[in-house]
Amino acid sequence: MLRFLLIRFGRAALTVALVVTFAFIVLRLSGDPALIIMSVDAPPEAIAAFRKAWGLDDPIWLQYLHYFTAIGQGELGQSMRDGRPALQLVLERIPATLALTLPALAMKLGIGIPAGIYAALHRDSLIDRAVMVTAVAGFTVPSFVLGLVLVLVFSVQLGWLPSGGQESWRHAILPVLTLGIGGAAVLARFTRSAMLEVLGQPYIRTASAKGVPWARVVRGHALPNAAIPTVTIVGFMVGSLIAGAVVVESVFSWPGVGRLLVVAVANRDLAVVQCILLLVAVTMVSSNLIVDLLYGVMDPRLRSGAKAGAH
Amino acid sequence: MADITASALPAAAAKPAPRPKRRVPPVVWLGLAWLVLIIAVALAADWIQPYRFTAYDLRNRLSPPFHPLHWLGTDELGRDVLSRLIVSVRISLLVAFGATIISAVLGTVMGFLAAHFRGWVEQIVLMLADFQAAMPFLILALSVLAFFGNGLTLFICLMGLYGWERYARIARGLAISAGAQGYAGAVRQIGASPSRVYLRHILPNIASTLIVSMTLTFPEVILLESGLSFLGLGVQPPMTSLGNMVGYGREYLTRAPWIMLAPAATIVMTTLAVSLVGDWLRDKLDPTLR
Repeated sequence: MLRFLLIRFGRAALTVALVVTFAFIVLRLSGDPALIIMSVDAPPEAIAAFRKAWGLDDPIWLQYLHYFTAIGQGELGQSMRDGRPALQLVLERIPATLALTLPALAMKLGIGIPAGIYAALHRDSLIDRAVMVTAVAGFTVPSFVLGLVLVLVFSVQLGWLPSGGQESWRHAILPVLTLGIGGAAVLARFTRSAMLEVLGQPYIRTASAKGVPWARVVRGHALPNAAIPTVTIVGFMVGSLIAGAVVVESVFSWPGVGRLLVVAVANRDLAVVQCILLLVAVTMVSSNLIVDLLYGVMDPRLRSGAKAGAH
Repeated sequence: MADITASALPAAAAKPAPRPKRRVPPVVWLGLAWLVLIIAVALAADWIQPYRFTAYDLRNRLSPPFHPLHWLGTDELGRDVLSRLIVSVRISLLVAFGATIISAVLGTVMGFLAAHFRGWVEQIVLMLADFQAAMPFLILALSVLAFFGNGLTLFICLMGLYGWERYARIARGLAISAGAQGYAGAVRQIGASPSRVYLRHILPNIASTLIVSMTLTFPEVILLESGLSFLGLGVQPPMTSLGNMVGYGREYLTRAPWIMLAPAATIVMTTLAVSLVGDWLRDKLDPTLR
């Protein structure tokens, strides 16, 4: 088990390091930040001073090394636009993003999983069909289209809800719905197929053949086994709590991390983009790690540690 | 009790049912028809657009659909929505096809390399695949795009990185198991080069699985492209794409919703059509994937 944990932690750390390297290479080699930030007709002395202040004249490997040590010290650079620490800028936006993504996650879990289980247990019923149609629609309708259609109906036509901004909780309803509907549909489809897979297994037939009541077969045998693949996708959803609302935040002008990212990318604000990228990587990797650990708890076959590398 | 069990155990009971009916279901026909239509539109864009997609008609600005001169209406500069839609379909399909093919080729090659060399090459490929799968692609793409600027070729190549890890995993797994089978060993003993073994003998045997994966990636690339273009970071004006039109039409949501609804409906119809056809192909071609 310890070996299993160590391998997992090692891989998680490696992924984060890869993300940092990726960010560094892409962001530094793609253009000259000095020329991007300063206007084209800025005097050469000003540009030279800027380059010196940001360490842009150092060889690239030295900049890379500096970057890594700086991150080790929790120093993620300053926003090139207003000079404030990038980390602080990003952290300020996290509550706003979580105010959308957490209720949306609750909605996905609260609707998606029960709907998927129900659909699998009543396969080919009317509700199963309805769940599947909604699930396909949830996959094919992009979030910005769904969001804009909701705005068109509930803000423009009916005038019930505001179309954008962050003044009150009412402003959060449409973005949460937009995020939640699509996610719930995906989760329902996934849960349904995981459940159907398990229900087709011989041990389910054995259990009902020896006379175990059906409700107990479902609760004791089917649900725990179907939970294992479902946990993976839920883990992915938890991991994207911070980065998952980029498009939706833009649709509803919600001042969260996603909006900050889009603005930073458009402004070529290197430090802020790197900071968000890193934060997203850490969230994603740690939720994957938690999923791996949960596997160990949920699936006794993995607990022995004999097959540590198996997925 | 008996009937509950019967209805709840359909996986075993219903399995023989789909076998006898070999006819193509009507929804798949609809999907195929839509795909043919949309590809025809993309190919013939230059001939069938009623106006140049950048041409202004300042007398008829923001005119609603079913206008005698502009069937789908015009935007606030009087540009014909139908013409713009036709050109957008072409660009969006170009990006999606280009990216899907790049991704499939890249992934398959990586998978074959991993299967052939094993050892540390395989470890690196698997590590990169894990990395790709662990990071949300939208975030990676956003950071690359804005900093590399925005040529169409570069954009297609970037989208081509989407989903390569799935092909790599599939190709690696299948190539390893195929390598252990008699036919690959036989060709190798005759003296075929590794590239011949992989491309002429193993690839045709695993192609159906790869094609099914392509039908899964294709709609996702369309959604990704339209999402990025919607944010103003994908296809750049004066060029236009479906997502671009939606992002632009959003400004006129209250006064002229048709600018946004026409491309939005096209995106949804196209992804839906590819998914329907893809699901059907998967059932048809790939018994292992269910």
